[in-house]
Formats: sequence, structure tokens, C-alpha cells
Amino acid sequence: MLLFARLNRAAAMLLVLAFLGACAGANSRDLSPDGINDPYENQNRKVHAFNRGLDRAIVRPAAIGYSTVLPDEIEDSIGNFASNLGQPSVMVNSLLQGNFRGAGQSALRFTVNSTLGLLGFFDVATEFKMADHDTDFGETLFVWGAEEGVYLELPILGPSTARNATGIIVDLFTNPLSYVWDSPEKYYGTGASVASGLSTRGQFTDTIDSILYESADSYAQARLIYLQNRRFSVGDSEAESEIDPFELNTEGF
Amino acid sequence: MKRRNFLALTGAVALAPALPAFASSGARAEELVNAVVNDINRVITSGKSETAMIADFERIFARYSDTSYIAAYAMGADGRRATAAQKRAFSDAFQGYVARKYGRRFREFIGGRLEVKGVKQVKNWYEVETIAFLRDEAPFTVTFHVSDRSGRDLFFNMFIEGINLLLTERTEIGAMIDRNGGDIDAMIRDLKQVS
Repeated sequence: MLLFARLNRAAAMLLVLAFLGACAGANSRDLSPDGINDPYENQNRKVHAFNRGLDRAIVRPAAIGYSTVLPDEIEDSIGNFASNLGQPSVMVNSLLQGNFRGAGQSALRFTVNSTLGLLGFFDVATEFKMADHDTDFGETLFVWGAEEGVYLELPILGPSTARNATGIIVDLFTNPLSYVWDSPEKYYGTGASVASGLSTRGQFTDTIDSILYESADSYAQARLIYLQNRRFSVGDSEAESEIDPFELNTEGF
Repeated sequence: MKRRNFLALTGAVALAPALPAFASSGARAEELVNAVVNDINRVITSGKSETAMIADFERIFARYSDTSYIAAYAMGADGRRATAAQKRAFSDAFQGYVARKYGRRFREFIGGRLEVKGVKQVKNWYEVETIAFLRDEAPFTVTFHVSDRSGRDLFFNMFIEGINLLLTERTEIGAMIDRNGGDIDAMIRDLKQVS
């Protein structure tokens, strides 16, 4: 049984590597003036329509319900628990990026919150003003020099790129906790992540609603906002187009 | 030897007026950010109705930002075929739209503050980096771009965690123009409707 699970994992890793190879081959940074590389726009728009429908029918109401029904303290605790379980993965990725400081920060945070923070339900580390560090395998790939690749909107997960989608798949395996635990404990983390995702959807209702339901083209807005924010958070400034205020004809405006 | 001294001297003379000017425009850019934050805070804490607040925000936007630049950028390539009247009407409608769109969100700013982290010169404009501290939210980076293109120090762009306001609005206006089959007047009518 265990062996079978391992084999599955190995097979999935192979798939990931193959996908990674394909991504690397398929893209030179072929960006539009707005920094967008989206050759699969037609398919992406279909996925976007699906995601938007899903959000309207299920995710948004569930998120609002979740945030309304649960007392804030419990909601925070579940969020803390989920983010604490993510720390070992942050540590592994920091090491892979050669960021020892970040790895140390997340290791310390995980230790403190798992013990003093009672299994991570309380974020003691933040109260101690300990530095927070967040990263993922998508960023590791960026550090290793992988190209961003094409823009992709993933079902349920939303906006992504070839590089980050690969990162998401690999991150399922780089969290050491998933090797320590057997089911059903393994699913506590997944459950908590889904819950904390709902919590985030609830917290940023106004922002997300304005992108999805109030903009003239929610697909284009979500794509632009995601790409810029993601590039900013991984420190990828190559694609950033600088706007010179003296090089535009403003006559008449 | 003499020649070298002479060069050094003229060099210093040429630089002398430039140096304090550089320092003071950097400081002026920072002052501008502080002034706008103070004005916004005054409106938020005024206890006025939302409509009155949005009208105040529109005045703040008009006073502190390079509105003609922002409007021209937002219209993008379509601006080249717009008539003078369309450009004027668009600028006006766009100002109101920005005030409504972002003004409605300023309540999230209640009790919040912006801390200026630093100012640096980028080509011929200034970049003011700030950290926003809002209630119930992890601190995030807000960057302002300031230029004196118009003869005064004015904002011409803002970035929230890397998200470029000018590009975001150009995408939005472009989508509105497309939705109206390229009709600029229809886009302007739409823009006035957006709450």
C-alpha cells in the first residue's frame, strides 16, 4: 500500500518534470507591451467563465457564510493552523533557493508556533515580532532561472503561469509533513487550507468582487493583476515596463 | 595641474545648484505623499456621507495628481483618434470614475496609515516607497510615482504590491472601448454610469 503510494508519487514527479521541460521549450519571453504572454487565451477564458460561475454559486456565498458564522478568533485559529502546516514547505523551498535566512525564519516560526502556539492554532511568532517568510516552488523555479511561461487560468485555483502551475504541483510533494503523516491526519491540513482559503475570499470580498463582477473584462483584469502582483512578490522585475511621464502626448486631456 | 583644478572647479560649480535641487525635490515628493495621506485621512474622519466623501476624493485626486497624463495613458492608443472634445469629456468622466471606484474603498483605510520608507530618483521622476498599515491586514507596499512634468510635483502612478494602477485602468478602459465596438463616446457614457 505504502509502496503503491510511493510509486504514484514518482510517476507524478516524472509528469511534472516532463511538463517543466515542455514549458521551458515552449516559451521565449514573448510579451505584449503590457507584459502578457497568453497564447491560450481562448481556453483560459472558458476556464475563467467556469471559475467565475463557481465563485458566484458556491465559493463566494460559502466564504461570506464562513466568515459570518464563525467567530473571528476561531477563523483566525484555523488560518494560523493552515499557515503553520505550510512552514516546512517554505523552509524546504528557501533552502532550495539558497535563502538560509528565510529557511531559518520559517523553521523558527514553525517550532515556536507548533509548541507555544499549541500545534499552530495560535500565531505566537507574530506576537513575538518574529520575521515572517513566505515562498513556494514557483519562486524556487524563478530563482533557478526557469522562464515564467505562458499565462494559465487553472480550474478552481485561478490565475497562474506555466512556471507557477508546475510549482503548485511540486509543492504537493515538497511539504515534508505529507511524508510524516498517514491519512487521515494528512487531510487535516488540506481541510484547514480550504477553510483558510474561504476565509481569505471572505476578507477580501470587496477587492475580489470588484475584479470579478464590476470590471468591464474580468478575465483581462484578473490576468493583469495576478501577473504584476506575482512578479512583484518573487522579485521578477524583468518584465516590468517602465512608463516615462515625459514620453506621452497629453495634449487635449 | 591648473587645468585640472579649473575643470574640478567648474564641475563643482555646475553640480552645486543641482545637488540641493535633487535633495529638495526628493523631499518634496515625500511631502506630497504625506500631504495627500493627511487630506485623505481628514475626509475619512469627517463623518460626511459617502457621496460627499467621494466628491472630496475627486477634489483630492484633481489637486495632487497629473490628471491629464493619467487620462491620456488610460485611453492608450485609442487616444490618438479621439477628438479634442472627446479627450476633454473623457478626462472629466475619468476623474469622477476614479473617485467613485477608489473612494468607495477608502473605508478600508480607516485607522490605517502610510509610512514613507524612502524616496529615489528614477530617470526624470521620483519613486516614493511606503508601507501601508491597515487594520486586520498584513502590512503591504504602496509605491507612488511623482513627476514635475506639468511644472508642479504631481502623482502620475501608484503601485499596490506591484499592481500598476495605470496599466490596470488602461486595461479597463480598453475593455470598455472594445465592448462598445470601438465607440469612444459610448465608452465615456459607460464610464459615467460605473458606480
